[in-house]
Amino acid sequence: MGITKRVVIEPVTRVEGHGKVSLLLDENNKVTQARFHVVEFRGFERFIQGRPYWEIPVLVQRLCGICPVSHHLAAAKAMDRIVGADKLTPAAEKIRRLMHYGQMFQSHALHFFHLCSPDLLFGFDADPKTRNIIGVAIKYPELAIQGVMMRKYGQEIIKATAGKKIHGTGAIPGGVNKNLSIAERDIFLKDINQMFDWAKSALNIAKDYTLKNLDKLKPFASFDSNHLSLVRSDGAMDLYHGNLRAITADGKKIFDQVDYSNYCDYLTEEVKSWSYMKFPFIKSLGPKDGWYRVGPLARVNTCDFIDTPLAEAARKEFKALTGGKPNNITMAYHWTRMIELLHSIEKINELLHDKDLQGTDLVVKGKRRNEAVGLIEAPRGTLFHHYKVDDNGLIVMANLIVSTTNNNEAFNRSVQKVAADHIDGVAKITEGLLNHIEVAIRAYDPCLSCATHAMGKMPLIVTLYDHNGNEIDRKIKE
Amino acid sequence: MMMKPKIATASLAGCFGCHMSFLDIDERILQLIELVDFDKSPIDDIKEFTGRCAIGLIEGGCANEDNVHVLQEFRKHCDILVSVGDCAITGDIPALRNNIPLKECLEEAYLNGPTVYNPEKIIPNDKELPLCLDRVYPCNEVVKMDYFLPGCPPSGDAIWQAVVALLNNKPLDLPYELIKYD
Ligand code: SF4
Ligand code: NI
Repeated sequence: MGITKRVVIEPVTRVEGHGKVSLLLDENNKVTQARFHVVEFRGFERFIQGRPYWEIPVLVQRLCGICPVSHHLAAAKAMDRIVGADKLTPAAEKIRRLMHYGQMFQSHALHFFHLCSPDLLFGFDADPKTRNIIGVAIKYPELAIQGVMMRKYGQEIIKATAGKKIHGTGAIPGGVNKNLSIAERDIFLKDINQMFDWAKSALNIAKDYTLKNLDKLKPFASFDSNHLSLVRSDGAMDLYHGNLRAITADGKKIFDQVDYSNYCDYLTEEVKSWSYMKFPFIKSLGPKDGWYRVGPLARVNTCDFIDTPLAEAARKEFKALTGGKPNNITMAYHWTRMIELLHSIEKINELLHDKDLQGTDLVVKGKRRNEAVGLIEAPRGTLFHHYKVDDNGLIVMANLIVSTTNNNEAFNRSVQKVAADHIDGVAKITEGLLNHIEVAIRAYDPCLSCATHAMGKMPLIVTLYDHNGNEIDRKIKE
Repeated sequence: MMMKPKIATASLAGCFGCHMSFLDIDERILQLIELVDFDKSPIDDIKEFTGRCAIGLIEGGCANEDNVHVLQEFRKHCDILVSVGDCAITGDIPALRNNIPLKECLEEAYLNGPTVYNPEKIIPNDKELPLCLDRVYPCNEVVKMDYFLPGCPPSGDAIWQAVVALLNNKPLDLPYELIKYD
């Protein structure tokens, strides 16, 4: 072997959280290894042990400030089962759904406008100084404002249902702690038509972009994969609740309508030495073939239909592109994300017109349990929370498979594919070429904040210095 | 044209919520870009400092060697450094790990978890992974921090008022309702 060159993209930017890509090249600039690493750990699974169960929905959302509602609700769903609340009151379930669709709306708008639109509007190798939301705001102020105002609308819904835009407290074991007043409702109804218009136009931007560039996007970072999500018992897309379904790249069912309490029988996660993020796979298929994708693309692929008319029409149009088969184009995530954006505003509209939101019966309780699983379809895919609690109500075990972790193998395949297609053998590796790799990663909307909950390795030697360069601490691994 | 002052932001051991709260300034972002240019930040693609910055906003404490390195870089390049949010100020929730033996934590996540598949009993360890600190440190124990903005996260309004005051060399006098400890 000749000399090896190492190229790193660090940090991966315009994604949420901390990630890094490493490429190893030989003397002819052939890519010999391409990896996506999650480089941070925090240790939630261990350090929440010993905390009381009722604290968990507000504690674990600090995993992630981008999708706190997802963790808040997945944990609350698990805690519902812990307190024996097997069926929530209509008011409680609908307030939670409103909170969830509010977050879906804000998160998808944030990702599309604030984080990805610069790549789509300016090109993958545009000047990095302007290839960001500020560049968009200067060149396309109207579009930037639409993105900002859509996100704001979703954030305001979260605030009205959870109490705060980030890290709210609305969901509690067995229900919620407030309903939605008529006055609050009317504020949202006032702007809803505007939101519909903007969501439709965002969907058109994503669709037109994909169709116009289809030849380039089809192979870009793409490969066949399995897909997994929750679906409702009638096969409809349901982002708040359902059963597990997994399908192959050409649409055959691997399993269907699995009660998610039994997720451990179907899924497992492989540990690799070079990433803090584990690699989940479907047990029956094994680590080599059992990996899968989650998130908007997977959900539009797995569901039989969407139960709101505008999004359903958009889904049909999307599926027509692949003759009704699952779509495996990585960059099609953007299009499907905008289908869900539209679906979310349709759902918000439905809910705002529902009198149950003003209900006053908010909490139920039943017979206490000591173990529970809560799942939800978060903006970035299926999110798993699993807890065991002792008789005093203290957590003794926690297992979290966050949405982004499910896509770990897919990130790595995408990075490898782009490296092989665009970087392999190229004499001069430019910033623009490296941004191609980040474009591929961004398509999934990874939430690396979420993905860093696992615990990592002790340091070998770590030295801390103060601002004067004095050593203030030094740790050596035993 | 007058050169605009620059602002830079970093997320260390935080949840990104403080950055999201910064984006909760909503349409005021258009006013902000009249006032400042953005330098190194996870919301743009500037990965190395391009010059001296007036303000550095830091989210999160220090949990690994990279966090320390980034924080020191920010101290070097920014006139004013602000600890934004409880993680930067105290370590906050990530610091809950400070009282737990690391060995236990490793085994929990990579060997014992109910969905772990790890026939070779691997614990992640690679030269691409930064070394972890023995515990999570608040930013002010690593470098000098100039201002502290409490909250988990501080609201968009609080961040907005603080940044505007700092840019105008005004005292940081936030109204009572904007100061929240959660
Ligand atoms: S202070 Fe709160 S919102 Fe900010 S990074 Fe820490 S946990 Fe997230
Ligand atoms: Ni997240």
